[in-house]
Amino acid sequence: MRFHWFHLMPYQDLPPDFSKQYHSVWVDPPSHLFDPAAGHRMYNEYIDELEFAAASGFDGVCVNEHHQNAYGMMPSPNVIAATLARSTSNAAIVVLGNSIALYNPPIRVAEEFAMLDCISGGRLVAGFPVGSSMDTNYCYGQVPATLRDKYDEAHDLIIRSWTEPEPFAFNGKYTQLRYVNLWPRPIQKPHPPIWVPGGGSIETWEWVAKRDYMYSYLSYSGYKRGEKVLQGYWDTLDRLNIEPNPYRAGFLQLCAVADTDAEAEKMYTEHARYFYDKCLHIAPNFAEAPGYRTLKTIEAGLSTQFTAQAGEDRSKLSWKDFLKDGYIVGGSPATVRDQLKDVIKRLNVGHLMVLLHFGDMPREKVLRSTELFAKEVMPHLRDTFSEWEDKWYPQPLAEQDRRSPVASVGVA
Amino acid sequence: MAEAKKASIRNGLFDVQLWSQGSGPPLLYLHGWNGMRQWPAWLDALTGRYHVVAPQHPGYGESTGLEHLADFLDLTLYYLDFIDAMGMERPTIIGHSLGANIAAEMAALSPPSVGKLALVAPTGLWDDKNPVADIYAMTPKQRHALTWHSVEEAEAKGFIPKPETAEEKSAEGLEQARSLAAGAKFLFPIPDRGLKKRVHRIKTPTLLLWGSSDGIVPPTYGPLFKKSIAGSTFVEIPDAGHEPLLEQPERSLEAITRFLWD
Repeated sequence: MRFHWFHLMPYQDLPPDFSKQYHSVWVDPPSHLFDPAAGHRMYNEYIDELEFAAASGFDGVCVNEHHQNAYGMMPSPNVIAATLARSTSNAAIVVLGNSIALYNPPIRVAEEFAMLDCISGGRLVAGFPVGSSMDTNYCYGQVPATLRDKYDEAHDLIIRSWTEPEPFAFNGKYTQLRYVNLWPRPIQKPHPPIWVPGGGSIETWEWVAKRDYMYSYLSYSGYKRGEKVLQGYWDTLDRLNIEPNPYRAGFLQLCAVADTDAEAEKMYTEHARYFYDKCLHIAPNFAEAPGYRTLKTIEAGLSTQFTAQAGEDRSKLSWKDFLKDGYIVGGSPATVRDQLKDVIKRLNVGHLMVLLHFGDMPREKVLRSTELFAKEVMPHLRDTFSEWEDKWYPQPLAEQDRRSPVASVGVA
Repeated sequence: MAEAKKASIRNGLFDVQLWSQGSGPPLLYLHGWNGMRQWPAWLDALTGRYHVVAPQHPGYGESTGLEHLADFLDLTLYYLDFIDAMGMERPTIIGHSLGANIAAEMAALSPPSVGKLALVAPTGLWDDKNPVADIYAMTPKQRHALTWHSVEEAEAKGFIPKPETAEEKSAEGLEQARSLAAGAKFLFPIPDRGLKKRVHRIKTPTLLLWGSSDGIVPPTYGPLFKKSIAGSTFVEIPDAGHEPLLEQPERSLEAITRFLWD
């Protein structure tokens, strides 16, 4: 069983009445709300937290891409990943990921990922999300109807650029390049493992399965919704006669660990509320541009989690509410590990990404929750799925061949 | 009764649903971003003098082939092929919204192919001071409020579909999703595909018709189009929004027929 520590990097200083006073947390929250000096503090604390997680024995540290978003301050996750490639030594650098249809030309992603793989000594996981509708359509102006086609083409170009040894010409519908010739190339062969975060679009299941990639569902709505989405994925694999190796799947779960259940409620309720009330205050009219979901997905009755949640009032939710529907797995180490054991088995996921920082959680709580998780939860679940081989985890250079920073100050 | 039929364009690449009625010189009606579910009743007023053809755009309703249209140029060329395939020689074109945008592009790209033009609330130009509404970032309710002069009356007259059973609701949702996605291919995120560079090439007599309470494409765009199309006429219809032909059919048709029969 693999455990990864995921950071969204939310902006912590949104005004108390944010969800009443402002239209949306995403796309159009006015940028004057962002104080760069506070940003300086948050970025640095957040990078500390990721480094602490890596040093605590998590298998990977995860960063992702969002635009014009007050709960995700990483328009370029590669910038954060580059610092982690230097400051961590063993954890996988999981960039989950780069929305490859947004980059012109998309080989920019191939180049930066190759750089990250080289700097980290082959520890990169290359995430290729289609990207949310807010990010891709509303913030980056992509035409919804052609987004997936453009994504497919970008994917093919990136894979070819990583694997073909000689320069080639690429005459695509969206990108035309006379000379594709990637410098540098990734360490991992044929290329870094590819993880595809999906939001529940049915075509993605088959797309991922046929290419032997890893599918992950980054849910903020807990394992109950997660079960439905992942079941669709496992059914697809079954239909294609592909073995249900749990390492083919990942799942994001908000977790919060304290010494006791009561202590967890006391420590984390306010931060959970900040996350669900402010960070997920997404205006219904931005939830999804027409054409973002395919008709097949709409017909299947599968909405994005943002469409499902947009416009709901979550300012009054209690800790019990957060636990009830599985939005958060929280409590004492024993409570958390029992529940996670059940979640992991039920969803059949070999890669669990935990969100131990959420909302405006201060550093000491994040470190405490992370430490308890690493020491008292993780070891008890390690052996789950040991009968399966994880072919979707990075294959770095041998440890003795990897360089670390000469003037390393280290963390923790 | 208008006849509903299918037409095959470019050897079956496009299978088009259309309605046609009347006899006389050809008249093409091109519907707006919101689609056209059936023959619009107000077209009856023109069938005594024209052979009227009203197709659904690729990707709308029953019409297929949207995947073969990458951009607005493809869409414009498709309609130039369409009129050839239908044997419509220099048709008069009435276009609404997205349809008026297509008509304007056809007239700019291929002036000899097009007869008179009646453009009803066309998209295609952009003015920073009066932006076209972002119809693709709206709830249906927000869209209705900007589309109609009176939402109440539009509802009462059945212009806004009101599905009742779960089955009807899901079918309606799917139909809406399909139409919006198809139109968004040509209008998202900003409905300006460079028409301003070509609009001066429109030489044919042109009527610009606007509802004075249009909240989707504000009537301030009327004078912008008028300035760019030599000799064009701009008429504003009071008590009408983005759908003047539905909300004020008599006044709108009066303006259109006066222009066409002139």
